[in-house]
Amino acid sequence: MPELTFTEATLAAMREEMRRDPLVFVIGEDMALQGGVFGQFKGLPEEFGVGRVLDTPISETSIVGAAVGAALCGARPVVDMHFADFITCAMDEVVSQAAKARYMFGGQCSVPMVLRMPDGAINSAAAHHSGSMEAWMLHTPGVKLVVPSNPYDAKGLLKSAIRDDDPVLYYEHKALFKVKGVVPDEEYVVPMGRAAIRRQGRDVTIISYSLMVERCLAAAEALAADGLEAEVLDLRSLRPLDWDAVAASVRKTHRVVVAHEACRTGGVGAEIAAQIGEEFFDHLDAPVTRVGAKDVPIPFSPPLEKFVLPSPADVVAAVRRLV
Amino acid sequence: MAVTETRSPTHATEQADHLQLAPRRELLRTMLRIRRFEERAEELYLGGELPGFIHLSIGQEACAAGACLALRRDDYITSTHRGHGHCIAKGAPTERMMAELFAKATGSCKGKGGSMHIADFSVGMLGANGVVGGGANLAVGATIAARLRGTDQIALCFFGDGAANRGPVHEACNLAAVWKLPVIFFCENNQYASTTAAGAALAIEDIADRAAGYGMPGLIVDGNDAVAVYDAVSTWAAHARAGGGPVLIEAKTYRMRGHYVGDPQLYRPAGEVEARRERDPITRLEWALLDDGAISADDVDHLRREAADEIEAAVRFARESPLPRPEEALDDLYATLPDA
Repeated sequence: MPELTFTEATLAAMREEMRRDPLVFVIGEDMALQGGVFGQFKGLPEEFGVGRVLDTPISETSIVGAAVGAALCGARPVVDMHFADFITCAMDEVVSQAAKARYMFGGQCSVPMVLRMPDGAINSAAAHHSGSMEAWMLHTPGVKLVVPSNPYDAKGLLKSAIRDDDPVLYYEHKALFKVKGVVPDEEYVVPMGRAAIRRQGRDVTIISYSLMVERCLAAAEALAADGLEAEVLDLRSLRPLDWDAVAASVRKTHRVVVAHEACRTGGVGAEIAAQIGEEFFDHLDAPVTRVGAKDVPIPFSPPLEKFVLPSPADVVAAVRRLV
Repeated sequence: MAVTETRSPTHATEQADHLQLAPRRELLRTMLRIRRFEERAEELYLGGELPGFIHLSIGQEACAAGACLALRRDDYITSTHRGHGHCIAKGAPTERMMAELFAKATGSCKGKGGSMHIADFSVGMLGANGVVGGGANLAVGATIAARLRGTDQIALCFFGDGAANRGPVHEACNLAAVWKLPVIFFCENNQYASTTAAGAALAIEDIADRAAGYGMPGLIVDGNDAVAVYDAVSTWAAHARAGGGPVLIEAKTYRMRGHYVGDPQLYRPAGEVEARRERDPITRLEWALLDDGAISADDVDHLRREAADEIEAAVRFARESPLPRPEEALDDLYATLPDA
């Protein structure tokens, strides 16, 4: 089977979905000549025309707001947020309009839109271009959150997100763009809400998503050298979240570490830890432990950046505290 | 459209001579229905029957009626937190609207939105909006969807003098102008943004002047003259529909009531409302029609009675309707359930 990069996989998903449905369109900055700031949309303007790959001014508020309006009127926008950090410029459009429209209008409408969110820290991009923004949105009922960790899921989950009738935030870690993986030629989708076990283990469950899955697998290998078998659960989406998969793994290992790149306080890990504590307390042999970035903005200088971000060693250390 | 046209805002009525006569009786009928709806809502609210907050557009009916009657049923509007009039003028049934104000399960939004989020997508009314200026980009997006589908629908965005100072409106105007989208940015300058007089928040006299900065035509219309509003919107709707791009219409009007029902209006100079009463849009059109002999006093009475009967029926419907079951609070958030 062919190997594609993460970006090639999402591009294939875009092509297939845009061919399938003429109401799917792209809207964002740096589209027409560059196919997006990271080239994730390269070739789409040529194939589908600038009428379906809309190249905007730097106007995040308007990009997202107009996408919501188009979605309310039956189109299916895929918004490129450029950098996930910039969603704060369109917070009202996401939180008060996209997330609430269907509900506050009593189900009269739906908002079938996808927000592509290149997130995470790479190459000393510093505080305004390195953010992990998923916890903000997990706290916003009405939006779904997708967090692929590899090219296969990137394609399959993007296709699901585009076909979904609700607003979906699609978090794509910038460090994953060049990662290669097997992606079949034939059509497939990956449904939201189905976690994947990336590594079987009996001693501890490490729950993660996006780029951090790779670091958790590295940690699991290090632990295996000492005879500790960690199960690594890749959530793939945060809402819907596959609680059945979490429950099954907790019952098996009785110890849980939740690891993500976003900072720890108020993060996704806090929510997962709380839920596990409430529902599976009797199955736990140790407190649920979180691994995340330190609670500061992402700094510029490489040693500072490295110090702040969670590493495989941090995951290993967290597991060792539990066993 | 030459950009220079935007330099000094023109008065719309002067350019509309070629249009068909406005449907003046229908304009009057619509304004009477809006007025009656809102006067009843005010009474009911003060009587303790309606929860939440109510923002009335009494005095501004010519904007809603004139603008919406100049649109097609399949055109889109986005509204403000003062949206009852827009909703009625666009064709939404008043029974379900009143039921929404009563927070009933039969309301336009099943009791989840209330006055401030009233909407009727079946008539292209994309919602009142609790966020000032929140509708501007939605209107832009509505026309993007229309363009993708290959239809010639246009969108009209109602916003106020307060929203005119918000960033999202700026971005929406720019984007619509750059892409020549068929959006009518219709500013109801009712002289007050909440408690702040328009003049205290604007360094210019006319919001229409800002159109020049976007490269779109800007014009001023008497927002208390339903015929003038109708003529202006008809002209520029045709222009937008034909591919001429967006326009900014500033309707100078006046909010006869407080920001919300119960507002003590401490910010309003004494006598201001009374002085404005002679410019009431309903009386003005009524007198003009009577003067012309276009309508009889009996017919005016008939329209008034008809409006009163309709709204009383709406109130009855609302009162008799059930409240939503508490657990319905969990419905309607997702089109496809996350756990499905």
